[in-house]
Amino acid sequence: MNFTLKIWRQKNAKAKGKFVTYKLNDISSNCSFLEMLDILNEQLVLKGDEPVAFDHDCREGICGTCSLYINGHPHGPDTAVTTCQLHMRKFRDGDTIVVEPWRAKPFPVIKDLIVNRNAFDQIIQAGGFISVNTGGIPDANAILIPKEDADYSMDAAACIGCGACVAACKNASAMLFVAAKVSHLALLPQGKAEASDRVQAMVRKMDELGFGNCTNTGACEAECPKQISITNIARMNREFLGAKVGSQKKRVSSGGGF
Amino acid sequence: MSSLALFYSSITKKIILALAGLFLITFLLVHLGINLLLLLNDGGALYMTAVGFMTTNPLIKIMEVFLFGGFAIHIILGIIVQVYNWMARPVRYKVEGYSHTSFFSKYMIHTGAIIFVFLMIHFNNFYFVKLGWVAPPAGLEKEDFYQMAILLFSSRFYSIIYLILMLFLAFHLNHAFQSAFQTLGLSHTKYTPFIKFAGTAYSIIVPLGFACIPAYYLFLK
Repeated sequence: MNFTLKIWRQKNAKAKGKFVTYKLNDISSNCSFLEMLDILNEQLVLKGDEPVAFDHDCREGICGTCSLYINGHPHGPDTAVTTCQLHMRKFRDGDTIVVEPWRAKPFPVIKDLIVNRNAFDQIIQAGGFISVNTGGIPDANAILIPKEDADYSMDAAACIGCGACVAACKNASAMLFVAAKVSHLALLPQGKAEASDRVQAMVRKMDELGFGNCTNTGACEAECPKQISITNIARMNREFLGAKVGSQKKRVSSGGGF
Repeated sequence: MSSLALFYSSITKKIILALAGLFLITFLLVHLGINLLLLLNDGGALYMTAVGFMTTNPLIKIMEVFLFGGFAIHIILGIIVQVYNWMARPVRYKVEGYSHTSFFSKYMIHTGAIIFVFLMIHFNNFYFVKLGWVAPPAGLEKEDFYQMAILLFSSRFYSIIYLILMLFLAFHLNHAFQSAFQTLGLSHTKYTPFIKFAGTAYSIIVPLGFACIPAYYLFLK
């Protein structure tokens, strides 16, 4: 298959980027999108040109490292796959493919197609965890969890934090990501203990970083490679409202009984 | 990213915006009920009774404050949220907008702005006249809303503008209704399909109800 690629090239975070057009011939339809970029880069290196920088790691759709906004879709035109799992047979011979980095203020471009997604790490650091001291392994059935809750929690936990939701959203909102992280913990008893503080802290951090607001367009859900549902966003809104309205004033700890 | 509105988190802003919107949605039903009285063949008697009630009843007077407050909050927060959203993506995509989305959700600020312009015209035609800020049409009392309405609808130009506006109102409501519930966190496997259906039905029936009146004057009178 033959393709015309229009790829965003940007030397570094400060440089002004531009689209560069490349012609690529004799690509197998079984090539993955990233393998196609590898072939392009080999040709560029042989010519003495700078290869195109793009993020990738596991190449099996589970790490959330690959990104790329391809022809108006995060992770390309296929549904429920990451870019590394996208194959060239999803395109037509002779297609022009426009490849752009994720565009959002909290995701600045580092180089070419690579953006800094550290903002997501900061949101997790704000409260996307359970603070328990590890000890002996508890009995398997000591805490009973309804199967439905475990399933919904697992669905939310499937989020790989790739940022496609932010890239797809017309407002560059991170609500689906944060909602998934809030949900998978809030649905389980171990996560409930800190649910109120967690949702407030994570939303505060999300706002601080400059992500947009959710306007319920549903683009995030449509483009999410892990098909995270926007019902998680409703759950987070519910959790947030409950936490804001229902939480008590913070108690000053007496420090152990005195 | 802090200070002022700014002071409230993104979700709080959205929740207030949604609550104000739902309040305006209920008001629209009352307004429609009264407007439809224009179609009665009683020379406006019942319509004027309803107008008289709405302009003099002390409880309604109190509600009027809430109504204006609701409009102000909905409009101001809507604009603030939108400005933040624009700021969140300083560099736009070359190819964008191909994701599968709810269509009208993408144009809420635009349909909202059109409704706002009409709201101002509407105030100029009725509310400001009642307050005495704007002179009533020649030969009419400033409280004679029936004759003022008839006069406006007898203008072809106004009636057509009114019909077009109702179309945009429908677009706005179509997304607004179910979106407000989602923002309030009211998503439920049993009830959400009904809310979506009710929202779509509301967004068709209510603007259609309003549109009946200019349509009557345009095509039947």
